[in-house]
Amino acid sequence: MTETDRNGEYDEWLDSIEAGEPYYIECAEGHGWLPPRRVCPDCGSRELSAEPLPEGGEIATHTTITVATPQFEDDAPYVTAIADFGPVSITGLVSGEGSEDAAIGDVVGIGVGERATTGERAVVFRPR
Amino acid sequence: MTDPRIAGAGVTQFGKHPERTGRDLFAEAGLEALDASGVDAADVEALYYGNFMGELAEHQGHQGPLMAEAIGVDAPATRLETACASAGAAVREAVKTIRNGEADVLVVGGAERMTNIGTAAATDALAIAADDLYEIRAGMTFPGAYALMARAYFAEHGGSHEDLAHVAVKNHEHALVNDHAQIQKEITVEDAMEAPTIASPLGLYDSCPITDGAAAAVLVSEDYAADHDLDAPVAISGTGQGGDNLALQDRPHLARTPAADKAAEEAYTDAGIDAADVDVAEVHDCFTIAEVLAIESLGFYERGEGIHAATEGETTRHGEMPVNLSGGLKAKGHPVGATGVAQLATIAWVLDGSHPRADAVPEGRVGVAHNAGGTVASTTVHVLEVRE
Repeated sequence: MTETDRNGEYDEWLDSIEAGEPYYIECAEGHGWLPPRRVCPDCGSRELSAEPLPEGGEIATHTTITVATPQFEDDAPYVTAIADFGPVSITGLVSGEGSEDAAIGDVVGIGVGERATTGERAVVFRPR
Repeated sequence: MTDPRIAGAGVTQFGKHPERTGRDLFAEAGLEALDASGVDAADVEALYYGNFMGELAEHQGHQGPLMAEAIGVDAPATRLETACASAGAAVREAVKTIRNGEADVLVVGGAERMTNIGTAAATDALAIAADDLYEIRAGMTFPGAYALMARAYFAEHGGSHEDLAHVAVKNHEHALVNDHAQIQKEITVEDAMEAPTIASPLGLYDSCPITDGAAAAVLVSEDYAADHDLDAPVAISGTGQGGDNLALQDRPHLARTPAADKAAEEAYTDAGIDAADVDVAEVHDCFTIAEVLAIESLGFYERGEGIHAATEGETTRHGEMPVNLSGGLKAKGHPVGATGVAQLATIAWVLDGSHPRADAVPEGRVGVAHNAGGTVASTTVHVLEVRE
């Protein structure tokens, strides 16, 4: 992929995080997802709307990855976590000082960072 | 409706064969299966074949016809891809086709060539079974994904890395007499605990190796087996398949594998059995935690109790419910697209008494093969039974 390739709604979603207005997709029944979605996989609702993402997420699980793929070679070791933001959970890289001490239950904020190996954008979590 | 019989099976040595082409690996397994079955290749009506990463490892798509040709079969051939459950999906299609009366003789199998591209590229190739946008771009690897599940399991149910080490020790011990196995090396709990970390809390011995290999089996209808006087005592009496959200982040529970719950329930109902009837199982232990999740989904253990099974010795060859007598993916190896059929072959050989670990269940009548793809977003479960 070249730097000009964009993945539609996914990159728009990253843009929204960078703009300080992150969102998620919610169906009429209140099930939360990340874009793109045209139908709720849970209930089949096609009435979807973009809603503001809650500000803080809680780390649900995490791992420190030492054996990385070539795309993350220079990032390793790094911490990948799934954080629970309420209606949605999101996978991201825990960044900043002390990231190696991440623990279940830690509260994090979401941002967009840059992968050391490729310079590509990535979802990052910063301790709050 | 007729339950397919396993007329013969063949498995290559699983290991590092970087110079061997996929077609040569599959030819070895497929011809061994045909020879063992006593079935004439001219009678084969179709091939269902599993392969995951052929485009990345060998620059080879459209492998179905290539593999049929490699085993001397002139019949329609279809490749199925459900990540690491590709061969399980191939078995399921064959079972349905024979039961529907649409065919009497089918070959199922799979092959994967992986070590020729090196560990880093193979890790990268395996990762594409995860969600590219939301997981891989956040640094998730496959060991990383199972590490996330393992840590969530420990937090929810307890257990420790030491319990997982017992799974590795057990499966290594089981593989010591399996000449098809990639790793025939006894290890201790201390070895497993002290091995380098790959993705915390998982270390080197929690992870299956990267493997080249192939497996195949000849499935026939009961009528064909009877008409041709085949020695095929093992039937596939139940098939099930379950699915789940592709990305871990979209699932309500990180320490459960509901796709396997669904596949097991469907397969058991199909076979008219329940978990208590199962004598032996081959489960998809790509990582040690995966075996724990599998034996819970298969109903051998309550949720949160599977973690202690290997530690207590219950799933060893001396235990009440031997799991992965082949050595599992952990020690036997995991040529991704071949694994589901290698599991099928193992259970058939254990039940007919020809497997070197068959003495673990001398009276065994019912076996189960659990084959999982990705972080268990796809799972097949097959029930095998000895029939007279």
